[in-house]
Amino acid sequence: MILRNNLKKHIQFVKLFLTLLNSSVNFQYQILKIMLTEFGKVFVFILTAALFVVVAIYVARLLRPKRPTFEKLTTYECGENPEGSPWVKFNIRFYVVALIFLIFDVEVVLLIPWALVYKEMGIVGYLIGAIFLILLGVGMAYEWKKGDLEWARPKIKEPTLEQINSTETQKEALKTAS
Amino acid sequence: MGLLDQEFTEGNIVIAKTEDLFNWARLSSLWQVGFGLACCAIEMMATSASHYDFDRFGVIPRPSPRQSDVIIISGTVTFKMAIRIKRLYEQMPDPKYVISMGSCSNCGGPYWEHGYHVLKGVDRVIPVDVYVPGCPPRPEALLEGLLKLQEKIRNESIVKKSA
Repeated sequence: MILRNNLKKHIQFVKLFLTLLNSSVNFQYQILKIMLTEFGKVFVFILTAALFVVVAIYVARLLRPKRPTFEKLTTYECGENPEGSPWVKFNIRFYVVALIFLIFDVEVVLLIPWALVYKEMGIVGYLIGAIFLILLGVGMAYEWKKGDLEWARPKIKEPTLEQINSTETQKEALKTAS
Repeated sequence: MGLLDQEFTEGNIVIAKTEDLFNWARLSSLWQVGFGLACCAIEMMATSASHYDFDRFGVIPRPSPRQSDVIIISGTVTFKMAIRIKRLYEQMPDPKYVISMGSCSNCGGPYWEHGYHVLKGVDRVIPVDVYVPGCPPRPEALLEGLLKLQEKIRNESIVKKSA
C-alpha cells in the first residue's frame, strides 16, 4: 500500500515535471521564434563557427605538450640550414599570371555545368555559352597582343641624353617664364 | 606548459581515461614525414599505395615535419644525410616517433664494415622506437612495424613510474 502510494506520488511528480518541461520548451521556442529573424540564424551560425575555432585552439593550447627548442623554432627548409630572409620579394609579373589563371579557373567552373545542360536549352543555351567564350577569347587575344604571355621582358626604350637635356631645358624655360 | 607535459605521481580513473583517449587519438592518426632515402623508400611508397593501404591505419605522408608524428627512416643514412635527419627530427612537434626501416638504418646494413660514408645505424643520432629488419623489408614487415609502434603508444602513460 505504502509502495503503491509512493509510486503514485512518483508518477505525479514525473507528470508535473514533464508538463513543466514541455511548457518551458514551448516558451523557449517561442522566444527563439520572436527573436531570430531568418538572417539571425546565419548570425548564430557564424558565431558558433568563430567560437568553435577559438575554443579548439585554446583547449589545444592547454593540453598539448610544449617543448620549444632552437631547432624547432627555426625556419623549415627541408632539413637544410635556412638561408636568407623568408620575406622574399616575388616578381610582380606573377600577379598577371595568377589573374589569368583565376579567370580560366572560373571559366571551367562555369562551363562544366553549362556543357551538361546546353543540349536541353537549345539555341539560347548555345548562344549564352558562345558569348561568354567570345568575351574570354577577346580578353585572351588582348593579353597575348600585349605580351603578357611572354616571360622575357620587353625591351625598354631608354631615353637618350639629348632627350633628357631637352626636357630639362624646357622645364627651366617654363620656370623662368612663370 | 601543457597539461600533457606534466607527470602525475599517482593515477586515478580520470587520468586513466584521459590517457586512453589521448593514446587512442595518437596511435590512430600517425602522420609520417614525406621522406625517403633509398630502395626502402620504394617499399614505403608501395605500402602507402592502394594495395597495402597505409592510410587505413591513419598514416598519411605530410610535406612538413611540423605536421608529422612519425618519421620513417627508409634507407641508407649517409653522414651527410644524418645531419639533415637530426634536424628534421628536431623540428617535429612532440610527441614524435621514429621507425627505422631496413638494415641500413638499423645498423649500417651492407655498409657496416667498408662503408666510409654511412652511419652505422640511425639510432646514433636520433632515438628509435621500432626497428624493421629486411633489405629492403616487404610492405607487410613495415605494416607490422607500425602495429608494434601503435602497441607501444597504446601503453604510454603520463603517470610517473615508481622504482
